[in-house]
Amino acid sequence: MELEVKIRKKLGGFRMDMEFQAKAGRTGILGASGCGKSMTLKAIAGIVTPDEGRIVLNGRVLFDAERKINIPPQERNAGYLFQNYALFPNMSVEQNIAAGLRGRDAGGRAAREKRVAEMIRMFGLTGLEKLLPRSLSGGQQQRVALARILAYKPEVILLDEPFSALDAYLKDRLQEELLEYLAEYDGLILMVSHSRDEIYRFADELIIMGRGQVEVQGGVREVFRDPHTKAAAILTGCKNFSAAERLSDHALLARDWGIELHTEKVLPQHFNCIGYRAHFLEPVYGARKENCIAFRLHGQRDLPFEKNFYIRPEKDGYAREHVITWFVQRGGWAALEERGKPDYLQLKEDGILFLQDGTGENE
Amino acid sequence: MNGLLEILRGLDWSPLWISLKTGVVATILSFFLGILAARRLMYAGPGKKSVLDGILTLPMVLPPTVAGFFLLLLFSRRRPLGILLYRQFGIKVVQSWLGCIIAATVIAFPLMYRNARAAFEQVDISLIHAGRTLGMPDREIFWKVVLPNAGPGVASGTILTFARALGEYGATSMLAGNIPGKTATVSQRIAMVIQDQNYLTAGIWVGIVLLIAFLSIFLMNWVSGKAIRNVERW
Repeated sequence: MELEVKIRKKLGGFRMDMEFQAKAGRTGILGASGCGKSMTLKAIAGIVTPDEGRIVLNGRVLFDAERKINIPPQERNAGYLFQNYALFPNMSVEQNIAAGLRGRDAGGRAAREKRVAEMIRMFGLTGLEKLLPRSLSGGQQQRVALARILAYKPEVILLDEPFSALDAYLKDRLQEELLEYLAEYDGLILMVSHSRDEIYRFADELIIMGRGQVEVQGGVREVFRDPHTKAAAILTGCKNFSAAERLSDHALLARDWGIELHTEKVLPQHFNCIGYRAHFLEPVYGARKENCIAFRLHGQRDLPFEKNFYIRPEKDGYAREHVITWFVQRGGWAALEERGKPDYLQLKEDGILFLQDGTGENE
Repeated sequence: MNGLLEILRGLDWSPLWISLKTGVVATILSFFLGILAARRLMYAGPGKKSVLDGILTLPMVLPPTVAGFFLLLLFSRRRPLGILLYRQFGIKVVQSWLGCIIAATVIAFPLMYRNARAAFEQVDISLIHAGRTLGMPDREIFWKVVLPNAGPGVASGTILTFARALGEYGATSMLAGNIPGKTATVSQRIAMVIQDQNYLTAGIWVGIVLLIAFLSIFLMNWVSGKAIRNVERW
């Protein structure tokens, strides 16, 4: 079970140059809007044709520009879940599910009907067989779309931002449902999303995509712990960055914040930037400890379960316009209210991300 | 009043039947040809598309008499195609009812084709992509997904086509002529009786045409209303 993708395609303002491999299981592709991630899925499904490259699924060449191979989407045996589900509005639930079985060698009409009935039962659609998609709820529509795909047992399932048009409540419910229904599928699943939470929840393996390229690939947890590049760290939701300079094995200068940071562990050799997550800043009262930033409050925004503080590091003589974000979750509110504004914010060594910032450099 | 009844009783109704028959046959022909042409063009490359689109739309833009002139050149029994049709199959296009049908079809076809194409292009592209990844052959995607979801647009194209075919005058008079009881359509009869200063008879025909126009629009709206119910609209 393996998918190999190496494709190039000119898109509007940039070149897509994707190269990655994915194994059986759930792989997430995280990228900003318009970075070419949907295009990647469409290329795998055969809906769009790359300019160059190769796509191989389980040893079968789906696309090879040099050898002029381009298997039509009908024969690729991929399941594509569209953002709007793309259910056929003129067909009933039953007919929609059967649509994927008709073109295939599904063993005749009787076998087809049996498979449809089986999918309807499995996906909790009993009683809705004769309804048209427009009279279904969002959740039911998703189930029909999934049933339609899983009915023909595709080798790869491609999920194209399946939740981005939903409200928060429904999103949560449908994510859970999707995971539940896909749990027994043993093929390859590729999900594309711009939402860090969605991807973290869904995927085992993560590919972070910059503009048309793979930035980092690895296990989801590892990549979130160590995103390698600033672009990737931004996509994992890291809010605070500073240009940095390695001073010694245990010290670095965070230039934008005007402080020196000291570590117990030996610093990595190559990095020119550090990142620090907004949730990991610790308030400190009284005497200054190691790795503390003196600051001035710049602004405060309250969310239902979180307070967001925007602060400016107080450096000698001048305060840079480099705003640091500090998120305090509910548990920390009481201390904050009781003791007021902390004197310093402390950076914990474990929370520091050592990054490469590619912008402005010749690679 | 008695005079009007007298005229109605004495009226030659043949133009009505000729027009209706011509309109129906031309609409059926345009319907299928227009849909096929629109389908073919949907899958054509951009260059080919614009050239073919120009050719297919031309009869709508040209003055009907010019289109009639070309048709006459093509089907005249002094020219190769006309000679071939007559000698081999005994088919006579010029000055015959077949001429009426061909003229009306050629003039009305672009309306069907353009409306069908516009309706197909309105269909959500992800439905077509979904069909393809599901393994449906392109032909099946077209007939089972694109066409049903383009229903309302196709229906309104059909109304316009029928209306246009029913009232065709210029090309018909060039190709089929105005032979009473054979190729004399309502439009041609109206023009003829007005030339004879017979305004009352012309008025009666105009009334009949108005009636047919309204009836066909109501009928088609009713049919497309049924089609619309399958699709969500604003």
